[in-house]
Amino acid sequence: MNSRVVKNSIRFVLLVLLQVLFFSNMHLWGYVTLYPYLLFLLLLRVDINKTNLLLLGFFTGLVIDFFQNTMGMQAAASTLLVFARPAVLNFYFKKVEFAPREEPGISKLGFTGFLKYAFTLVFIHNIFLFFLEVFSLADFFATIERALLNSVVTLILIMILEMLFSRKKKGL
Amino acid sequence: MQNLLLFIRKHWFVVLFLLLETGSLMLVANSYSYHRSLAFNTVNDFTGGIFSTVSNITDYLVLKEANESLLEKNAALLNEQQNSFLITDTGFAYKDTLYKYISAHVVSISVNHPSNFIMINKGSLHGVKKEMGVISNQGVAGIVIGVSKHYSLVMSLLHHNTRISGRIKKNNFLVNIIWDTDDYRFGNILDVPSHVELYPGDTIVTSGKSMIFPEGLIIGFVESSTENSNVDFKKGILKFATNFKSLQDVYVIENLMKEEQQNLLKQSNE
Repeated sequence: MNSRVVKNSIRFVLLVLLQVLFFSNMHLWGYVTLYPYLLFLLLLRVDINKTNLLLLGFFTGLVIDFFQNTMGMQAAASTLLVFARPAVLNFYFKKVEFAPREEPGISKLGFTGFLKYAFTLVFIHNIFLFFLEVFSLADFFATIERALLNSVVTLILIMILEMLFSRKKKGL
Repeated sequence: MQNLLLFIRKHWFVVLFLLLETGSLMLVANSYSYHRSLAFNTVNDFTGGIFSTVSNITDYLVLKEANESLLEKNAALLNEQQNSFLITDTGFAYKDTLYKYISAHVVSISVNHPSNFIMINKGSLHGVKKEMGVISNQGVAGIVIGVSKHYSLVMSLLHHNTRISGRIKKNNFLVNIIWDTDDYRFGNILDVPSHVELYPGDTIVTSGKSMIFPEGLIIGFVESSTENSNVDFKKGILKFATNFKSLQDVYVIENLMKEEQQNLLKQSNE
């Protein structure tokens, strides 16, 4: 077995467990829910096969749905996230050269680089999820505001987790 | 045909994306109807098992509160044992059990979605069936919509499809209770006749008309009432008696006469 596959699997299990056992049950100020599992999708290697990318996004979301009993919602949102991922990477980092199998983490993109990359994708995920949840355009701006606040708080957690992950990598 | 295949191949990324997106939206749509969610059974012993392992650990943190609420429930039961018995005629004194209670433990619960569910650790092995009522120590909590061997899924009052038939305790007027998906503490009271006064603090109890809940279980208390824009009916805001955020122990209610009642209804329909 490839050590990358092992590392990715461990990261997947850790983040999913963290998500469904802890963060899915925690609602800051009553309505902000953190989605750290998105970090798994953000950190998939850059040159990943596009079919695999979409399928991974879909099934990761589906696993979260399975535990949360929100059938399809996370799957729909995280599929959109991975669909937008190549375009976002291309938009921000056109000039950056990626080595084969390199992950778009802090160590490669830098703190601000990773911050804007992660924020864009998390916001796309959140806004789609929130509109799917309320299923109406009635409180259009209120929904956008909620999604924005939710993404910012999620982003803080994702940055902290990514710093922990990348520090461990240097230590190894 | 060949052109189509070529097109799909060229835009495979977009095509696969649209396929997956359609698939997940269909799942969402499926879970949006009460009857389909009855048929579409998402409970399973795997997720249930993981949740109850964690629940086993976290339960220790709230033992004190759990004890207190159990004591309260015991006291309440001693006070009102009567209402779980069927008394057809006081002269006949025919006593038979009408409702049976199965105690269960909450292994997972959500409060912040438009459709919220509670998973409990009793399933078909313990006699839980679909469409049984679920109550907490404080009041009504939800209705069972899915059952596996060891676990059941309960549609909580905090679900956009929930509609409970209630009654204003002080004057017995029938009302309906729904949840407008906003705040987990408050529900809405509908179909209040406009000549009936609703005061903050009035108790709303179950009407006993649904074959799911016995009569007289507390649903919640009136928080405020809106002045009628409609001529015949007005609305009110209800504070749920059950605190869904701290829900731990629940009771599933089995109506032992349900089959008989349903058969009777079926006969009259034929």
